[in-house]
Amino acid sequence: MMTTPNISTKVYIPRDSSALSMGAEKVAAAIAQEAKKRGLEITIIRNGSRGLYWLETMVEVATEQGRVAYGPVKAKDVPSLFDADFLQAKTHPLSLGLTEEIDWLKKQQRLTFARVGITDPVSLDDYIAHDGYKGLKKALTLSGAEIVKAVTDSGLRGRGGAAFPTGIKWNTVLGCKSDQKYIVCNADEGDSGTFSDRMIMEDDPFVLIEGMTIAGVAVGATQGYIYLRSEYPHALKALNEAIVKAEAAGYLGENICGSTHTFNLEVRRAAGAYVCGEETSLLESLEGKRGLVRFKPPLPAIEGLFGKPTVVNNVISLATVPIILDKGAQYYADYGMGRSRGTLPIQLAGNLKHGGLVELAFGITLRELLYDYGGGSATGKPIRAVQVGGPLGAFLPESQFDTPLDYEAFNNIWAVLGHGGIVAFDDTVDMAKMARYAFEFCAIESCGKCTPCRIGSTRGVEVIDKIIAGTDTVKNIKLVRDLSDTMLNGSLCALGGMTPYPVLSAMNHFPEDFGIAK
Amino acid sequence: MQDLQSKQDLDAKLGALISEHQHMPGALMPLLHAIQDNIGYVPESSYSQIGRALSLSVAEVHGVVTFYHHFRTHKPGRHVMQICRAESCQSMGSEALEAHAKKCLNVDYHQTTSDDAITLEAVYCLGNCALSPAVMMDEEVYGRVSAEDLDALIAEAKA
Repeated sequence: MMTTPNISTKVYIPRDSSALSMGAEKVAAAIAQEAKKRGLEITIIRNGSRGLYWLETMVEVATEQGRVAYGPVKAKDVPSLFDADFLQAKTHPLSLGLTEEIDWLKKQQRLTFARVGITDPVSLDDYIAHDGYKGLKKALTLSGAEIVKAVTDSGLRGRGGAAFPTGIKWNTVLGCKSDQKYIVCNADEGDSGTFSDRMIMEDDPFVLIEGMTIAGVAVGATQGYIYLRSEYPHALKALNEAIVKAEAAGYLGENICGSTHTFNLEVRRAAGAYVCGEETSLLESLEGKRGLVRFKPPLPAIEGLFGKPTVVNNVISLATVPIILDKGAQYYADYGMGRSRGTLPIQLAGNLKHGGLVELAFGITLRELLYDYGGGSATGKPIRAVQVGGPLGAFLPESQFDTPLDYEAFNNIWAVLGHGGIVAFDDTVDMAKMARYAFEFCAIESCGKCTPCRIGSTRGVEVIDKIIAGTDTVKNIKLVRDLSDTMLNGSLCALGGMTPYPVLSAMNHFPEDFGIAK
Repeated sequence: MQDLQSKQDLDAKLGALISEHQHMPGALMPLLHAIQDNIGYVPESSYSQIGRALSLSVAEVHGVVTFYHHFRTHKPGRHVMQICRAESCQSMGSEALEAHAKKCLNVDYHQTTSDDAITLEAVYCLGNCALSPAVMMDEEVYGRVSAEDLDALIAEAKA
């Protein structure tokens, strides 16, 4: 490969927090130091992560043929990379070849994640050079109703978990007459096994900002808030940096891109309450109150933040809007199956060899994800159970691994797709313990407003403890089923209302773990 | 975070933070974050001052502070170690890691080591689920954390 030696070689080292969790900062420091020591000119770019997390820290070198990757790199590998002349893309035991040719990445259909891992997340120039702000430019030529129609026609459904059509929500807010409307981004990604929101915010924050701006222009909202979980300090930094740059360049504030539209954006930090991922509880929290779930109606679209019409959307939903506006509703809708249109950023997590971010059209099966992408379990043991959709999602046994990722297909087997997080467990998992944990988590996180959730969760832990101890198993199993029925039907929100999903699915598919015959 | 000399220092600091934040819409959460970022915790003695500025009762401020897991009302150790207890980390052995941490530090969750070095907390997901089990030390995340990795983190924090 040809690289002129006297031109500074570009070396990409991710700043994504998962990459940092594997030592990316030390790798970056070691590479800078080693280059200096050897008198070599290099430019280090802190990009986002490509999402091949088992290969982090993944270092890339720019060549005329494209970027060449090495990974997983530890700081101690750095001298040998220089010895092997990695700056000239020469081979090394950690060579991965051309990044774009890595099968795991090449087979994906990255629409929402088109730029993630490629660009410097906080460089506006980089964002614009990679098709950024094309969606907003297009939106500024359209009426609010036309923007909403594009989002509706794309078939985009809320990626936070509820899968409610985004365009319909926007249309309700558009139709409300009010002196003030709000766009609220639900970035309280608390589901275990999910990290796609975090990746967008850390690795391509401008796409979220652009999506929210388009939403504001569409429905006539001039103020946006990103309600960000406090567990994501790196996302906070990246978002705030990006917001300052967008403001300075006229993409936020008054007269956006020379138009008559105004849109201001602010990040607000959550404080570790899982229930605040529920939209009405989130709004209470933004208003400075305890995160108690509100009764619905009124819908937040009509009476939301501070009583004003409010769009509340998940990070991925909003971050998908720019590409829909840029490439057209049909382009997006052409991906997917049935009523699940477009792509889903799937997160492979837990006990998997190759965990990371896989964006694909709806329709791929769990089995393909677990084995073709995930590479089977990290521990090398058989995968016994998989929880899809976070702590309120059902556990699926091997017999259900051929289910395609599709909202309705999951609904049909009494499971949920949720936010697209997939957590795999090997055969050492004790499903009675997992059921107990589901109740325990609900008890810890319950806002306390409704009785089934507040009290049911604690009673659930107690009854499962009796089952685990082998006390009156049959009677107590019946009691858990009765309790679950009450929680399912009587809870105010999904926290209490869906805790029975992991509990009952564990019982139904893995009865032997509860001391009852299969 | 800084050690505050006296009640006057604390009141002055609080006063400055309150006047900086009190006019924001929904000011309480950003204010509580600012207080905890600056002082290390939200002192119960601050409730009435906060309440007066935001037209809230002491009970309302107390209600908000105690509703959220993130806010603490007592001074933490020099470092805060959070171990993820959520499902993904459980699938990769976080339970053993929790037990190991509690044993090494000789504390339970929400407690601080006797040398004031580390406060141990549970956390429910750090968004590092492809690299479970995960631990957060102050604001840095660590992935695929083994017992040995944890020992190294503890040693570094205690140094």
